[in-house]
Amino acid sequence: MRLSYVIRRVFFVFMVIWTAATINFVLPRLTGRDPIKEQLMQQIASAGRKPEDAEQMWRKYNDLFGLDKPLWQQYLSYMSSVARLDFGYSINSYPRTVMEIIIARGRLTLPFLSVAIFIAFVTGILLGALLGWNKTPKWISAIVVPPLMVFSSVPQFLVALVLIYFVAFRAKLFPLGDPYPKTMIEDWSNPAFLAKYAYHAVLPILSVVIVEASGWALGMRAMMVTVEGEDYATFAEAKGLKNSRIFFRYLMRNALLPSLTGLALRLGFIITGAAVTETFFNYSGIGSTLSTAISTFDYFLLYGICLIMVVSIALATFIMDMIYPLLDPRIAYRGQRG
Amino acid sequence: MRGFFAYVKRNPAFGAGIGILIFLLLFTSVGRLFVNPQHAYPLSVPANLPPNPQYPFGTDRQGRDLLAVMVVGTGMTLQIGAIAGAIGLSVGIVLGFVAGYYGGTMIDTIITSFIDIYMSIPGFLILVLVASTFRNVKLGVTEMGLIVAIVSWAGPARSIRAQVLSMRERPFVMMAKLNGMGNFEIVMKELVPNLLPFLVMSLSQSVYGGIMSSLGLEALGIGSRREPTMGMTLYYVQYYSAFMVGMWWWIIEPVIVIVLVLTSLVLTSFGLDEIANPRARRKA
Repeated sequence: MRLSYVIRRVFFVFMVIWTAATINFVLPRLTGRDPIKEQLMQQIASAGRKPEDAEQMWRKYNDLFGLDKPLWQQYLSYMSSVARLDFGYSINSYPRTVMEIIIARGRLTLPFLSVAIFIAFVTGILLGALLGWNKTPKWISAIVVPPLMVFSSVPQFLVALVLIYFVAFRAKLFPLGDPYPKTMIEDWSNPAFLAKYAYHAVLPILSVVIVEASGWALGMRAMMVTVEGEDYATFAEAKGLKNSRIFFRYLMRNALLPSLTGLALRLGFIITGAAVTETFFNYSGIGSTLSTAISTFDYFLLYGICLIMVVSIALATFIMDMIYPLLDPRIAYRGQRG
Repeated sequence: MRGFFAYVKRNPAFGAGIGILIFLLLFTSVGRLFVNPQHAYPLSVPANLPPNPQYPFGTDRQGRDLLAVMVVGTGMTLQIGAIAGAIGLSVGIVLGFVAGYYGGTMIDTIITSFIDIYMSIPGFLILVLVASTFRNVKLGVTEMGLIVAIVSWAGPARSIRAQVLSMRERPFVMMAKLNGMGNFEIVMKELVPNLLPFLVMSLSQSVYGGIMSSLGLEALGIGSRREPTMGMTLYYVQYYSAFMVGMWWWIIEPVIVIVLVLTSLVLTSFGLDEIANPRARRKA
């Protein structure tokens, strides 16, 4: 792997984050009014808010955006706050900062979502490889592919809704709502807590897996058909190698790589999709926090969560880009893009 | 017409997709003759009724006749997708053709890097930011389509660029150049007609993308609270916890309509892909 490639990717990640932060900065100013100020004033005016709190929030807001200064200075001070991951206070749950909330809630989302993406990817490619394999009877494909096409084309929360109704409400198999029972304390070193967390995460994980695994299965199936047409596949067959060896080492190994690129490209969809899914489950992770921030017009929290999501997706994609050449020796990244 | 049926027989995905799409369009247009569209709005009929002879689809918590909601809402959701898809594709065509035709030059580099960066920011987050910042704008069906269009141009632009890039080097384009055709003329007379099936497929894909985005936004409550679009219907299903009180009809109906809408568009693009890339034909 060339150093210039790494540098270009780092620069790209930086550009993505910078663009996202700029969108955050520009958007409120395009409205001609100041939606954040309006919301803040409304909050300050509403009962139950101590005047000192309001003043501190206002000062922080002024600080963050430097409203009396010229626009370019506002932009610079905003960017430097963002670089320090300082998104200010949440408007609606005042003494807490946006970053505090993101960490507290993100901690509940990250484990289940990573597990879900992993399970979805592995089942998806295995299923797809089996479906695309020429040794698999044709009728199996004929039965399995149509439902896969339906699942892969609907949003996760649609599957979630059906699961909620049939599995959680009718069959009462799995709980709805919180990531762990309200009577428990969040303690990640406690096995009992982990067990409960896993139990509560089953349905959200299932929603992600059903949709995403179907998509990867279809993609992998198509790739397998292409790989089977290659000369090395015919040669492996002619050598009389064992079926299992041809399947895993010759066909799957080669068909896998485009799926990995697909994973990197789709990460954004999965994560934002899971945010809506969480809302439907009433699962108090980062996704439902985003949805609460939207409905309560908590702009600092909203902008903070969006930016953090952009940053994490960009970083995850970057890491996958770095791993890719290790998995595919054919790619040496000689300075050419695309 | 006979040719069409013969073709559908060879390309069942295309036939099924178009078939479902026509059914949905008939459902939402002819259906209006049988229901009162006003009953798709709150407080027009008795609330919480399961399906019965008078309201075959039942009614919801807010007193909407769900049959009317499905008839009116299917049309609205398709309309949002059509607006977003048409705008997205038009912008995508302009950028894609410019970048592809000037492939390798400065213009191409600027356009493609911008698209790459823009596409690395999840479109859904951009939409959430835009829609909640402009919350004072009254969101109707058209506004929703316009907002969703903000993110639906980048995908088509990138894939059209790739197509133009590969087509630019073909002999017939060289020939046109030698014959002294202008750039614009070559694009309009040589490239566009050859890419037509591909462009139709892109349209169907961006309508699909637009509907997906609008559903996600509306499911979070961003959209017109009053209009009975499919996404808003799901939002209210969630808002009033329809699953907790066992109002299965309120859940199942929008789910079925959405599955039909999305599947028909995916099948159509799948079928069009076979027309656009004859080489991929019958491989699977």
